[in-house]
Amino acid sequence: MSHTSDPDGRATEVRKQAWGVGVAVGTYGLGFGALAVANGFSLWQTVALSALVFTGASQFALVGVVGAGGAAVTGAAAALALGSRNAFYGLRMAPLLRVKGLKRLGAAQLTIDESTAVAIAQPTPTLSRLGFWTTGIAVFVCWNVATVAGAFAVDQVSDPQVIGLDAAVGAAFLALLWPQLTTPKARAVAGGAALLALMLTPLITPGLPVLAAAAVAVTAAWPEPRIHHATGREREVGDE
Amino acid sequence: MSELWWAIAALAAGGYALKASGYFIPEWVLERPRVTRVALLTPVALLSALTAVQIFGEGQGLTIDARAAGLVFAVGALLLRAPFLVVVVGAAVVAALLRLLAP
Repeated sequence: MSHTSDPDGRATEVRKQAWGVGVAVGTYGLGFGALAVANGFSLWQTVALSALVFTGASQFALVGVVGAGGAAVTGAAAALALGSRNAFYGLRMAPLLRVKGLKRLGAAQLTIDESTAVAIAQPTPTLSRLGFWTTGIAVFVCWNVATVAGAFAVDQVSDPQVIGLDAAVGAAFLALLWPQLTTPKARAVAGGAALLALMLTPLITPGLPVLAAAAVAVTAAWPEPRIHHATGREREVGDE
Repeated sequence: MSELWWAIAALAAGGYALKASGYFIPEWVLERPRVTRVALLTPVALLSALTAVQIFGEGQGLTIDARAAGLVFAVGALLLRAPFLVVVVGAAVVAALLRLLAP
């Protein structure tokens, strides 16, 4: 079963999808480059973040916390907590990619939301591997080029607050959060976390309220989900 | 090296270690339902908290200003499935216009 009926056509489709995703993510990169510089990061720091860290939400988190007056170490901690999901993507990808040595180290750096999503959406392991690598490379290229462009553009602006870039950072976080609000539980966690962070803001050092809000996720995720058919209305319907 | 550069270096190293751990750590360590659930909900909590603080935080205080109007625009744009750049640039424009009209 190693040959599909139309291997070339399918592979082309995967490549097209990969670069489509890459270009779309590039627009986030543009936003990231602009907002990082607007929040006091130098051009080189911004470029280093995109090339070395290369996981969007974490980069936005560091920039957001530091921009809001938090300590750099607090920002890095929030960013790392956000990056922990990549470990689970690696776990999904490892048996599919079966990579060793240097290739494994490269695969790790490309293990992000988009490359994993495209890879696991493919019908065969061969196409999954193609999807992972092309998407990873496409996003890496687009993300970094866009970061530089965005950073350069804002480097010319004297006062970021005047052009509303502080509001743009909040909007960027919300846009990253939005697709994850698919379940009632996720929406409850989002609401609880926002509330807790705001309540803690006057009480503790900037940046820490964001970290503390992670406790809401842990609390919500800790109990084993109950699967009682008598009470699980949605579950029963899904089981039919 | 400045504090910011150290944070970037630590994040690069730590972030890479997290990505690589999926390839090097035995499956049973990470593949427990509770660990998976926490990992899936953590970004939701953090991004929501980041949004709230970014919009309503003012140092150690809370305030409602032009940024909140930007957020309202962002919610509307997201409900209409607008692309990322429209959401972000639109929020910035709304906040900037409001500051210009009512400083």
